Amino acid sequence: MDDELAISVRGLRKAYGDTTAVAGLDLDVRRGEVFALLGPNGAGKTTTVEILEGYRQRDAGEVTVLGSDPAAPGADWRSRVGIVLQGTGEFDELTVGEVVRHFAGFYADADDPEKVIERVGLAGKARARTHTLSGGQKRRLDVALGIVGRPDLLFLDEPTTGFDPEARREFWDLIRDLAAAGTTIVLTTHYLDEAEALADRVGVIAGGQLVEVAAPAQLGNRQEALPTVSWRTPEGAVESAQSATPTALVAELAARFGGEVPGLTVTRPTLEDIYLTMIGHR
Amino acid sequence: MTTTTKPAAPVATTPARRVGPVALGLRQGRLEITQFLRSRESVVFTMGFPVIMILIFAAIFNDEIAPGVSYTQYFITGMIATGLMTVSFQNLGIWIPIERDRGVLKRYRGTPMPKWVYFAGKVLMVVAIGVAETLLLLAVSVAFFDLDLPATAGRWLTFGWVSVLGVTACTLCGIAISSLARTARSGSAVVTPVALVLQFISGVFFVFTELPSWMQQVAALFPLKWMCQGLRSVFLPDSFGGQEPAGSFELGRVALVLAAWCVIGLVLCLTTFRWTTRRDG
Repeated sequence: MDDELAISVRGLRKAYGDTTAVAGLDLDVRRGEVFALLGPNGAGKTTTVEILEGYRQRDAGEVTVLGSDPAAPGADWRSRVGIVLQGTGEFDELTVGEVVRHFAGFYADADDPEKVIERVGLAGKARARTHTLSGGQKRRLDVALGIVGRPDLLFLDEPTTGFDPEARREFWDLIRDLAAAGTTIVLTTHYLDEAEALADRVGVIAGGQLVEVAAPAQLGNRQEALPTVSWRTPEGAVESAQSATPTALVAELAARFGGEVPGLTVTRPTLEDIYLTMIGHR
Repeated sequence: MTTTTKPAAPVATTPARRVGPVALGLRQGRLEITQFLRSRESVVFTMGFPVIMILIFAAIFNDEIAPGVSYTQYFITGMIATGLMTVSFQNLGIWIPIERDRGVLKRYRGTPMPKWVYFAGKVLMVVAIGVAETLLLLAVSVAFFDLDLPATAGRWLTFGWVSVLGVTACTLCGIAISSLARTARSGSAVVTPVALVLQFISGVFFVFTELPSWMQQVAALFPLKWMCQGLRSVFLPDSFGGQEPAGSFELGRVALVLAAWCVIGLVLCLTTFRWTTRRDG
């Protein structure tokens, strides 16, 4: 097997009764990279990730995560994998510090709990009962429990849902820190700006298969996609045209209008446009 | 950001300091006890219930059931047995579905924590709360209702093994029945009727031999009746054994039935326990 790969998946299949959730999915995640998985609800994203995390059994296919088959996870493998699930268990009656310290005890090489609490921005809440935390703060606690064991590989399932913009930026910085220290990160998200800001590569899942993998800037041949120039006609209607030579078109428009072009915009497709086109075509 | 040239994860320099198995179990037990004691509903309804019941019943029925033997002397046996069942069977049957529904169990499964640690924590909690509750019951009964404590070492020994076997059976059955509840809320709907019916037919509130005989026979299939019977041999004069259905306290059969339930409970736990909710696969 390839030591450069943290995750290697070939022909993964999983069905629930008559419903096929994952239909022959292939995926490689390199060691040390931040990999974002995008896809609409029901595309097989969560099923795939939970198979990689060792929570679900697959029907067919080959899966290797950190050199082992996650279908039979051992304690050593578990201590190298950090998991932040969607909306997981709260310990209402315990304080933030008590929960993080308790989970640190499960790992041979845990990080300092106080440091982890500070790192996720909960230092002021260490003595607060977890039921008094806001939604965003609870999510930070989830992240703290995911990283307290100093994982080599960290799964984050929609980690910033419910965050305000400032908290999201802080969270992004934390992920970049972890990535810089060599942690491999697999992230699922609905926020395309998040994928663009964090991920080295983005994979799009649709209909139970990985339909494309690329760096965010290259996804769907985004760089080659034609820019759109639009302007307002003297009658007030908006007109637009796609052009491989937008600068020439703008110059031509400028000549036609004798100077300023009313309502002029030049846009390239956003990651979101590309993504919606991709999943829309499935 | 580059994709391939990141530094490797730092090699662990500190020696492995994973907590040993015994400490792991004890930490989990402490966590469970802390959570129990901080939950007001648990303390009031699980721990307080038998004490409240004995205060009410002993105050209502303050006459003697035989010369020199107060009603409390009979009623305490049912209350101790009920208390032990509440703290084990009901407590676990209600709380484990809540923890499963909230994803607490799933979260534990995502860590290197060995599975048994979770159950060890629950058992330590049940034992600690069960002992505390029984002592509280005895103290209240001695202080207010002139309860006579067991006089011989042999009776204390019987008290001990009946309680241990009974709690073990009820704990295992509580863990097993927790898998029947589909959601957090249904745990209490599944467990409470079972517990309540058993209390009525097992001679907790009424003198067992005054119940219809078919009811006695149904009750004899379940652990609570045998826990009560074993405890009656501890708190009532030996002569009362003659009034039991079989003409004696049948301690051998008490041990046998409770042990059988331990086995049944264990098998059910091992075969049916679920770490995730059904919708979760």
